[in-house]
Amino acid sequence: MNTARQNDLTASAWLKSRTSVWADWLAQFQQAGKGLTVETAQRQVDRYRSIARDLATARLLLPGSRATGALEALYVSTHARIDVTERYSRARILRLFRDEIPEIIVALRPNILWLAALMLLSVFAGWCLIASYPDLIGLTASPKMIEDVEQGHLWTDNLLSVTPSSMLSLHILSNNIVVSLFAFCAGIFFGLGSFYIVAMNGLMLGAMFAFTHQHGLDGALLKFILAHGPVELSVICIAGAVGTALGESLIRPGSLTRRDSFQRAARRAARVLLACTLLLIVCGLIEGYISPNPGIPLLSRAIIGASYWFIMLAFLSGRMFRRR
Amino acid sequence: MEREQLRIAGLTGVEINLDIAGPGSRSYAFVIDWHIRLLLALAWLAPAWMIAIRAGHPAFGNLVTLPALCIYFFYHPVLEVALRGSTPGKRMAGVRIVTRNGGTPSVGALIVRNIFRLIDCMPALYLVGLLCCLLSAQRVRIGDMAAGTLLILDEPNSTRSLGKIGMLVAQSGLAPHLVELVDDVLQRWPLLETDKRVALARTLLSRIDPTLTSEALSNSGDSELHRRLQAVLAGHK
Repeated sequence: MNTARQNDLTASAWLKSRTSVWADWLAQFQQAGKGLTVETAQRQVDRYRSIARDLATARLLLPGSRATGALEALYVSTHARIDVTERYSRARILRLFRDEIPEIIVALRPNILWLAALMLLSVFAGWCLIASYPDLIGLTASPKMIEDVEQGHLWTDNLLSVTPSSMLSLHILSNNIVVSLFAFCAGIFFGLGSFYIVAMNGLMLGAMFAFTHQHGLDGALLKFILAHGPVELSVICIAGAVGTALGESLIRPGSLTRRDSFQRAARRAARVLLACTLLLIVCGLIEGYISPNPGIPLLSRAIIGASYWFIMLAFLSGRMFRRR
Repeated sequence: MEREQLRIAGLTGVEINLDIAGPGSRSYAFVIDWHIRLLLALAWLAPAWMIAIRAGHPAFGNLVTLPALCIYFFYHPVLEVALRGSTPGKRMAGVRIVTRNGGTPSVGALIVRNIFRLIDCMPALYLVGLLCCLLSAQRVRIGDMAAGTLLILDEPNSTRSLGKIGMLVAQSGLAPHLVELVDDVLQRWPLLETDKRVALARTLLSRIDPTLTSEALSNSGDSELHRRLQAVLAGHK
């Protein structure tokens, strides 16, 4: 009997012996994933090892055959089912907010402080710009806003009579979240994009204060932003700081490749962004329900703004989640 | 042109190559998904808009547009998380998101991937993403680089032949490579030109059954040859 014929016989015998096993595997593969227990997970891992063994045999006995291709496909699919990350259990979420996010915030502290300084500088620059050249307000405010201020009232005065608080909150929080995400994503341009977005926000704020000051409405504007502004502006600075860290990962990747360094920074940053998003949701609710309400006095707004800012500190430092 | 491949070691040490989806497959999947999410958003928008006009309150305008915008903008993140790295468009285009180890991406990775759509879709029509995809190794956009993911070609149906080949080998008693050959010819029979499939069937049958004379084969017509090939696979020579 020649070698080729002997190989064919071996392969045929092997295929025949494995057919029923493979049929079982395929049936189990269709059911896998539904109500996974420790036992079924263990069986999946055992099956994965068996598929690997069969694949190695098939590559030897039947190279390039359809059976080998099918085993490769089954191996890949099973690999994808086994190689999964830990699910977000309650303990995992607690660890995220108590340990991981605070750790990243501590590492980002210099970036956050620099971005806060940039924002303050931009506010001052915006103020100076409009104080010196009032006509330039058209660069930062819409014609409707300018008209309202020139007529002696803020554009926010009749906000609640046009849109209900719930809708206003949704609109504001989605807008704020998009701005923060942009401040983060723009960090890919070697951090410059994040600097730009934070600086532009500061410039606009300073310009609006200068413009309202010229018409005696700066107090009203301060009253409007006092409750939600401290956290909202802080979160923009944090998102910007995360963005600059992303840029830094590209400029100085260290011992990693640029791609790995970028990936690592983005994954770390995403955790902080989750915290930022939660903070902005509450900001949006304050801005929709409290800030435009003329019945709430300045002191109450200051207390709300300051309290929420301290809550933010406790939230980002993880103290809120630690046992006393 | 040879496809780019991702070589993964596997957790058992058995190596495997995955075909990386190129810009064409990615764009095809995106276009299908874009149509689906647009149609879903419009399906909500049209009746809701009519109700809002009748109600005549400005707040209803927001109630109409917000869910439609949510459908449009959250389609990808929600479905990719729910379907473990797939969407209806990706399934139809035969692609799937995997990690760089060939595993299922985590929820965090999928969210990061989607956040970076803000950059990838700039300035319009996903130009940044498409350019990045054309120029990068493993054909990834910026979102994939950030999340550590890539798109591979996925052929879930290819596992189905696993049980079939073994069963046919057992039935026919033929060598596995011959069984695959005959099964391939029978599957493609309606697509082949008559004279070509007849010639193919005669060659195969003469190799499988040396007792068949060339005269008997040349006297067999198209349908007769088809029947004989089926009989060979069923084990009735």
